[in-house]
Amino acid sequence: MRALTWHGKHDVRMETVPDPKIVNPRDAIIKITSTAICGSDLHLYDSYIPTLHKGDILGHEFMGEVVETGPGSTLRKGQRVVVPFVIACGKCFHCEKTQFAACDNSNPAEKADMSEVMYGYPMTGAFGYSHLTGGYAGGQAEYVRVPYSDVGPIVIPDGLEDDKVLFLSDILPTGWMAAENCDIEPGDTVAVWGCGPVGLFAIQSAFLQGAHRVIAIDHHPNRLALAQSMGAQILNYHDVKVREALFEMTGGIGPDAVIDAVGLESHGFTIDNVLDAVKATVKLGTDRPHVLREVILACRKGGRVSVPGVYGGMGDKIPIGALMEKGLQVKTGQTHVQRYTKKLLEMIGEGEIDTTFLISHRLPLENAPEGYKMFKEQQNEVTKVVLKPDWDKEVVQ
Amino acid sequence: MASQEENLRRALESDAPLTAAVHQRDVARQAAEARNWDEASMVGRTVTINRPREELYAFWRDFRNLPLFMENIVSVEVLDDRRSRWTVAAPADRTVQWTSAITDDEDGRLIAWEAEPGGDIKNVGRITFRDAPPGRGTEVTAEIVYDPPGGDLGKLIAKLFAKEPKMQARHDLRRFKQLMETGEISTSQAPDAAPRA
Repeated sequence: MRALTWHGKHDVRMETVPDPKIVNPRDAIIKITSTAICGSDLHLYDSYIPTLHKGDILGHEFMGEVVETGPGSTLRKGQRVVVPFVIACGKCFHCEKTQFAACDNSNPAEKADMSEVMYGYPMTGAFGYSHLTGGYAGGQAEYVRVPYSDVGPIVIPDGLEDDKVLFLSDILPTGWMAAENCDIEPGDTVAVWGCGPVGLFAIQSAFLQGAHRVIAIDHHPNRLALAQSMGAQILNYHDVKVREALFEMTGGIGPDAVIDAVGLESHGFTIDNVLDAVKATVKLGTDRPHVLREVILACRKGGRVSVPGVYGGMGDKIPIGALMEKGLQVKTGQTHVQRYTKKLLEMIGEGEIDTTFLISHRLPLENAPEGYKMFKEQQNEVTKVVLKPDWDKEVVQ
Repeated sequence: MASQEENLRRALESDAPLTAAVHQRDVARQAAEARNWDEASMVGRTVTINRPREELYAFWRDFRNLPLFMENIVSVEVLDDRRSRWTVAAPADRTVQWTSAITDDEDGRLIAWEAEPGGDIKNVGRITFRDAPPGRGTEVTAEIVYDPPGGDLGKLIAKLFAKEPKMQARHDLRRFKQLMETGEISTSQAPDAAPRA
């Protein structure tokens, strides 16, 4: 089959690789019909994640048609499904508590050591995102093997086209959980740092969950305009001092809840020294938690801090005094995607949520390398690239 | 300074006896002294498995199941109700063998074994099954003490076990948990499970 493979910094290629096979009873094989490039794929592209191997297939936002099933799968051939980026077994203690992103079993034993050393416990498996999260092949390909296919994939009814439901795989549930972690109450003001896809969906979700007002913070004019079109007030941090502006806009109280939808990645996840540091037993100073500091300082007393933004190592100079003295509540984590897909699919079906506004570019899968380049170099214009494996390659200028 | 005996007693009375014992190295030392071994190493690991104690015990007690999740075990041949013949892969396409005899067996709770003299690796071990808090399955603890053998074979075996014996125990117990909880063992092995270029 054809697949987008990683070979090094800014070097991704379309290559012919072996087809995946059913190897475990609960597996299914999906023929991909749509797959997106995620912001976090850019950090693989930029070569910041050290546990990627040359030739690995990328992609963790994808959907398609079931073409083969193992005897333990509950899927049927021909069904259209969206697949959560988190791989979860559905049977362990965490999965039973719907903490799918904490699944104990999906990271293969021989891959789990590194994260166990880094975090004390092994991380959960995910598609196409390095060997730290299991070394699973991703979905920017013609086919993908989906483990535990009786738990993750959600069947899409006919009539809902791919573009409307594709983001159930990651960023829509991630934005929704980011807002849910704010425990929004009537009258609340929610401030969202970062207007990338997750930030924009967090804004949308915050309104749906009853926020009185959302304030969006970024510096890309086009992304701020999208936030504004969704009803958010906007702050361009190139123009104002964000904390002072928030103080002014909230009558001196501060936002009731704050969302860090940036994480360390936009500032450069310099995890390249993580491997060495891990070998020397965890002593990491890798993360640049600028936004995390901002959100903690800006949040009102007794407010809520939600962190969907990704952090990987150790953070320095976290305002721990403000965190404690203001009595803040903090909720974080990779998204428990499987917890939200059913509800969000219903909302999409009923027209309560539309995510298609985000897609700025659609390309044949064969043009994926150009897609990565565009997404990296033109962040203002390129908000989301969706790849279609069954489209013929086109010449991109 | 407390005597070894005193240290051991305190370790066994601790709420984390495995950690205390490994930390103090007295379990291994005592096992080695009692058997006139040259030296002894100990590995131990606890994992919680979301299945009933009796089920986990029964699966483990049928030693023929062990190669399903233990990476290096080629085969376990059951000789009678106490004894079994173990064949384990070693580097350079070699295998090592020993015959193991059950020394203690409590239904649903504990299996202890010891290798009979004459095998390639002297080893003694036990696996215990305890109820986790209500509704949370079973805490499984594996403890193995072994005498790293000398000579060429010893060097090979050292590569096999001593390289990262803790890692091996961790991987094997992790696969046991996966198999018992999910019915399968997670894999991203190329090319079938996870194609790559």
